[in-house]
Amino acid sequence: MDVFSDSANIDTYVTGFLWILKLTAAATVGALVLGVVLAAFRVSPIPVLRGVGTAWVNIFRNTPLTLIVFFCYFGLYSALGLTLSDDIDRNNYWLGVVGLSVYTAAFVCEAIRSGINTVPAGQAEAARAIGMSFLQTLRIVILPQAGRAVVAPLGSIFIALAKNATIVGTIGLMESSSAMKDLINANGNAVIPIFLVFAGTFAVVLIPTGYLFGWLANRLAVKR
Amino acid sequence: MRITRMTAVAGAFALAMAAAACGGDDSGSGAGSGIVGKASSQKKLVVGVKADQPGLGLQTGGTYTGFDIEIAKIIAKGLGVPESGIEYKTTVSSNREPFIQQGQVDMVVATYTINDERKKVVNFAGPYYVAGQDLLVATDSTITGPEALVGKKVCSVSGSTPAKRIQTDYKGVNLQQFDSYSKCVQALSNKTVDAVTTDDIILAGYAAQEQYAGKFKVVGKKFSEEPYGIGVKKTDTEGCKKINEILKTSATDGSYKAAWDSTLGKSGTPAPELDVTKLTNCS
Repeated sequence: MDVFSDSANIDTYVTGFLWILKLTAAATVGALVLGVVLAAFRVSPIPVLRGVGTAWVNIFRNTPLTLIVFFCYFGLYSALGLTLSDDIDRNNYWLGVVGLSVYTAAFVCEAIRSGINTVPAGQAEAARAIGMSFLQTLRIVILPQAGRAVVAPLGSIFIALAKNATIVGTIGLMESSSAMKDLINANGNAVIPIFLVFAGTFAVVLIPTGYLFGWLANRLAVKR
Repeated sequence: MRITRMTAVAGAFALAMAAAACGGDDSGSGAGSGIVGKASSQKKLVVGVKADQPGLGLQTGGTYTGFDIEIAKIIAKGLGVPESGIEYKTTVSSNREPFIQQGQVDMVVATYTINDERKKVVNFAGPYYVAGQDLLVATDSTITGPEALVGKKVCSVSGSTPAKRIQTDYKGVNLQQFDSYSKCVQALSNKTVDAVTTDDIILAGYAAQEQYAGKFKVVGKKFSEEPYGIGVKKTDTEGCKKINEILKTSATDGSYKAAWDSTLGKSGTPAPELDVTKLTNCS
């Protein structure tokens, strides 16, 4: 297996997975913030905001991620001139984060909305009865309980996000799947070992993540 | 009685087939499965070509067009095969050697760079064109060569030899990598990148495409050498020599220039000189 003794190849492998980690980390933050705001929109008393939330979810949940990421490059950056960094890799990275966040936020929003449905209606009524505004009710009473109910589904969404991050390779970021393709192109005799190493790395990182979210879900659940 | 008659018929049939096969071999002047023998006895050739290289080998619907296709036609004509007897088979870079070895194609004309590694398994005629890594830029661009690329954005296909050469030999170049050249050309057309780099002949093919006519130019300063050859079976020395003869003729009778003018010539690049002294010795 001289493929893996070459330090340049090891470098390609490490760089690829570092990009995946960075993409996942930044897009997780982006998707969480956006997703919570969207969920608030969808349950708000203002029709326009509800409409925006619904449109966002329906458009981005039903558009292939490949198209969204492709649009980020050729639409936002190339045609509209949205430059996020002067360095090509950095720029592609941030464009990828935008695409991943926008897409994943739709799923986060729906998960949180389903969490809101687990909070008994009496809680909101009680909050309103003591004079809380809509935002206060949401922030102090509803969301903390809703969030704790959806830890496990959010875990699934973020595991999917980590794997989806490989799509940013289509706009030229040398993330893990592009790195794998490169190595296979240059070492046609070692296709299976290369594939196993890359697939294995994902499994090794993501299986414990799944267990972590399961454990967290148990710890944080609101016992009723 | 009946059984004996049937065996007799079968036997006679087998004999006839064997005789026919022998005849085929003879007319192939002992080359066996060689391309010359096949061409003269069956008037048919299977040619491996690229299907996704505009100007070189491009498939639109059921028809193939491009410079490689025209070269294949010239060779077929020289071997006595009519145009209708040519069957094109799409190859990609990685399956060209296996296709030749397994006999799935008789020859390969598909931007096929002659190198020592490949010479071990196939025999090369040609080169019919010596390509080199070059740059495709906008018509009004001031970029004059690879040295002028520092700080500029250059696009190529990820993992390809041209991309690697830019990374290692020209530090300070901002390299954008895509999985296909069409994306690079698209990025160049809306000025997201300053140049696209790969073999000059492939670039010329994109520049000659209708939707980009007049928008791009090939810089014309090669910084590598990629001699394109025609691959045949390793054992087929005779076929290889014959192809080289045909190429020699085409250089003098104008058919080579005509092939260029009708395809890549549309990019504005004048027809190159086919250097017959550089043809391989087929051993």
